[in-house]
This record gives sequence, C-alpha cells and structure tokens, in this order.
Amino acid sequence: MSAIAVPGGAIGRSGIWARASGGTAVPVLIVVLAILAVWYLAAIWLNAPWQLQIFARGEGDWTWVDFLAGTMSQDRPLLPAPHQVAVELWNSVVGQNVTSRRSLVYHAWITLSATLLGFVMGTVLGILLAVLIVHNRAMDRSLMPWIIASQTIPILAIAPMVVVVLASIGMTGLVPKALISTYLSFFPVVVGMVKGFRSPDTIQLDLMRTYHASQGQTFWKLRFPSALPYLFTSMKVGVAASLVGAIVGELPTGAAGGLGSRLLAGSYYGQTVQIWSALLMAAALSAMLILAIGTVQRIVLARTGARP
Amino acid sequence: MLMKPISDTVISASGLGLTFETNDGPVHALSDVDLAIGKGEFVSFIGPSGCGKTTFLRVIADLEQPTFGTISVNGMTPEEARRSRAYGYVFQAAALYPWRTIERNVALPLEIMGYSREERKARIARTLDLVNLAGFEKKYPWQLSGGMQQRASIARALAFDADLLLMDEPFGALDEIVRDHLNEQLLRLWARTNKTICFVTHSIPEAVYLSTKIVVMSPRPGRVTDVIESTLPAERPLDIRETPEFLAIAARVREGLRAGHSYE
Repeated sequence: MSAIAVPGGAIGRSGIWARASGGTAVPVLIVVLAILAVWYLAAIWLNAPWQLQIFARGEGDWTWVDFLAGTMSQDRPLLPAPHQVAVELWNSVVGQNVTSRRSLVYHAWITLSATLLGFVMGTVLGILLAVLIVHNRAMDRSLMPWIIASQTIPILAIAPMVVVVLASIGMTGLVPKALISTYLSFFPVVVGMVKGFRSPDTIQLDLMRTYHASQGQTFWKLRFPSALPYLFTSMKVGVAASLVGAIVGELPTGAAGGLGSRLLAGSYYGQTVQIWSALLMAAALSAMLILAIGTVQRIVLARTGARP
Repeated sequence: MLMKPISDTVISASGLGLTFETNDGPVHALSDVDLAIGKGEFVSFIGPSGCGKTTFLRVIADLEQPTFGTISVNGMTPEEARRSRAYGYVFQAAALYPWRTIERNVALPLEIMGYSREERKARIARTLDLVNLAGFEKKYPWQLSGGMQQRASIARALAFDADLLLMDEPFGALDEIVRDHLNEQLLRLWARTNKTICFVTHSIPEAVYLSTKIVVMSPRPGRVTDVIESTLPAERPLDIRETPEFLAIAARVREGLRAGHSYE
C-alpha cells in the first residue's frame, strides 16, 4: 500500500520542493513566467500585421520561423517582446556612462530625486495636517473636505499648469516636479495618520488624563507611537504616488530629462522599446522605494516591541 | 461606629448625583450618594452592572463630572486632586503601552511628572519589587501573562507615591486562581504602603476578603444601599473565607444587594 510505504521516501524527496514552495519564490516565479508567456503571445499577435506587410513588400518566401522571429525583432514594434526590452534596459543601464543622457540610470536619478523630495515634503505636510485635524475640531470640519476634494482633480490636468506657472516665476527643474509629488503623496499620509492618531483606546487616553499629562506629552508618548504602523502603511502608498507625480511632472518639460521625458520622447519618435524600458525602470524604482520603507518599518517596529 | 476626624477623611461625597443625557432620555448613573472614606481604608464598591460603582470611581478621578452634590478628594475638588496627582488609577484592562517594556511602562507617569533619571530608576526597581515583577523589566507586555500585566499596571499606579489608589475591577478579567493570588498580594501591598484604596468589584468574596469597608450599590438609579464596616482582622489568610464571620459579612452584602432589587 502506497499510503504506508510513502512516508520515509516522501519526506526525503519532498524536502526541497516543500522548502521552496513554502517560501514566496515559487509562486512569484510562476506568476512571472505566466506574464512573460502572455507578453510574448501578445507581441506576436500585435506585431503580426506589420510583419506581414514587410514580407509582402519583400521578395521571396518566408517560413513560420522567419515570421515568429520577425515579430520579435522589429525596430518599432507595436509591443516589443520582453527580450527586446531586456536588451534595451541592459544597454541603457549598464552600457552607458551614468552621466550620459543616453543612460537610463541618469534619467532614473532625475526622477528619483524629485520623487524623494516630493515624498518627504508630502509626508511632513500630511503629518502636520493630521496633527491639526486631530487636535482641533474646527480644522477637522474645515480641512478634511478640502483635502478629499483636492484628490478628485485629475493630476494630468493640474500638472502642466503647476509647471508652467512656476516656470513663469523662474522655478524650473526639481521643485515643480517635487510639488506635484507632494500634492499626490500627502493625501494617503493625512488619512492614515488621522486614523493612527485616533487609534489609542479611551482607556489609554484616560490614563494620560489621570497623570494630568499635557497635550504635547499625550501626543508624543501615546498618539505618535500608536500611529507608527499607520504611518508606514500610508508612506508605502504615498511613495508610489510620489513617483507617479514626478513622472507626470516631467511630461510637460519634455527635454529636461527624467523617466517622464524619456517616455514622452519615446512616444514622439515611436521608440516603443525605449518607452517600455523606461516603464520597467519606473516600476523597479517604485518597488525599491516600497521595499526600503518596508525595511525601515520592520526595524522600527521590532525596536518598539512588536510581536515577531 | 466611630466617626473619623475630618483631617483623616480622604474622600467625602454628599448628595452626589450624575445623570447622563442620552437619546432614550436621562440615565441616572448616580443618585444622592453620601459617603466618607478615611485615610488608610480599603473600600470596596460592589453591585451589579449599572449601579454606578465605576462612575463613582471616575467622579473621584475627575474622569466624569457630577451633576448634583459635592465631592472632595484630599480636601480639594476632584480636578485639583487630579492636577496635584493625588491618585493612581488601575483600569479594568492593564492598558500597558505595547511599544514600551515593562520598566518603561512603569516609567511613563514618572516621565510625565518630571522625575529625574536616577529617581525613575530607583522607583521602577522599588515598585516592580513590590508587585513581584523584579526580573521582568526588559520584557514587553505581550510576553507576560494577564495577571502579570495587571500587576505591572498596579506598579505603574504606585510608582509616583499617590496616597490614594483607585482600582476599577482590576482582576475582573482574570481566572479565579490568579485572582486569589493577586488578592492576597494586594492585601500585603496595602499593609506595607498604608495607602487608601477604592476597589470596584462584582465579586462578593473578593469584596469581603479585601475590604475594611464595603459599599453595596444598586442600579436604576445608581445608589448606595448599605455601607458595611468589616469586622475581620487585619491579618487575612485565604482560608479566612471559610470562617463564620466571613460568611456572615458576605450574607449581609447579599442582603444589601437584594434590598436594592439587584437580583431582579
């Protein structure tokens, strides 16, 4: 009976598999493979018409192999194949001097600096607004509706105006983009921190009252530490929004550099491979920023006694 | 019953009433309470839910404002008493701050009240020793059992030398074995520190075992139906609870609860 015979052998054989599937590596790998498969199929399908036109104009016969290879190696494909994007990424990241305008690292840095400046300003602004809202009823009633309304305006409508208006008073480069990032990233921080500052139990607030603690002491010793988990969660949302803000802020400035201008230039000249590599670079940046915040979160929460 | 001299009175309430206005009309949480609590007494407040025992404690602590009558704490209004940090309050839940270690939880009131670093250290060591938690200074609250957490919260209330300790069902959430043990320790602590303790409970044996004075309360409206001076000796081993004297007092408490229609 296999049910009886299996245990000894099964443990030995399933050990590695069990360890691998117990982690996140296997599920992530499967998802990545699925995405790549869909991507290749889509690339073949979308690039096929153009490839057929090329063959029709050319002389001689073509085989299915030629056809498939052709759809994956066009200069300006509708949808570049993954390996084309990978090659472009490699060439523009590793193959270039980082100070060169042809280097994707150079553009990523421009976007990253605006993202970080805007994110820091947005987080500080968000925390300050949350402090005002939590400590003042009038502020709660008057500010909150405006804060929510501010996020209903499409950022694509407001970004060019911010850039143009600021340029007219001599502010160009980093600051206008950072302001757009701030505009997007302060919102999740306000909402999260208002909830966080209000998260202490009545009993914990009563305790502070029995000590005749000042408002400042209650804030620093109770409200702020209670809000820390909320802060990190909203910072993760905020940093992703910041990156979007910086990229959107770079679209109107065109040639000034950054992933946004790279996207715009790519679409002007039909350089789809360049667009896709810039997109992937932006996604990687965003992932890195969120990972970094996650790491800080783990360290801080571990130091403040969070249950492991 | 001997009247205590005025200077020895820690809490004195007369005609005290508190009415909450709710959507379903007024709720009389406390009505016409007259009570004097002397220095060094251990007073239990017992009654069913809604009898106003916790409300009375919160009025003493200036966490609620009375609507009628007067109350003084250490000869001051409750607000003045709170501002002068006259009492330590132990809540139903330990309410330890999860991001602080046990010693830093005990340090919390000391930090707020501006004690120096050395003074804080000395007081933390002394009070943790008093509740038998020496050696657990660096632990976080979640690493301790419920009973130990509640002991830490008592240490926190004792740390700043308030002469009055207000305890709101501090052992209500604990099992009976742990509760017996903590009751014994609390009596010992009371004997060593000579504090005045106001203790809210809904357990008759607990009230009789601990108290020098038992205030029996009844609901709708919340009021005092009986005040019983305990005749038990100061030295109370746990098995005193089987003596006829103990059972007689318990019977009188039950009688007081019945008279206030608490069993209906």
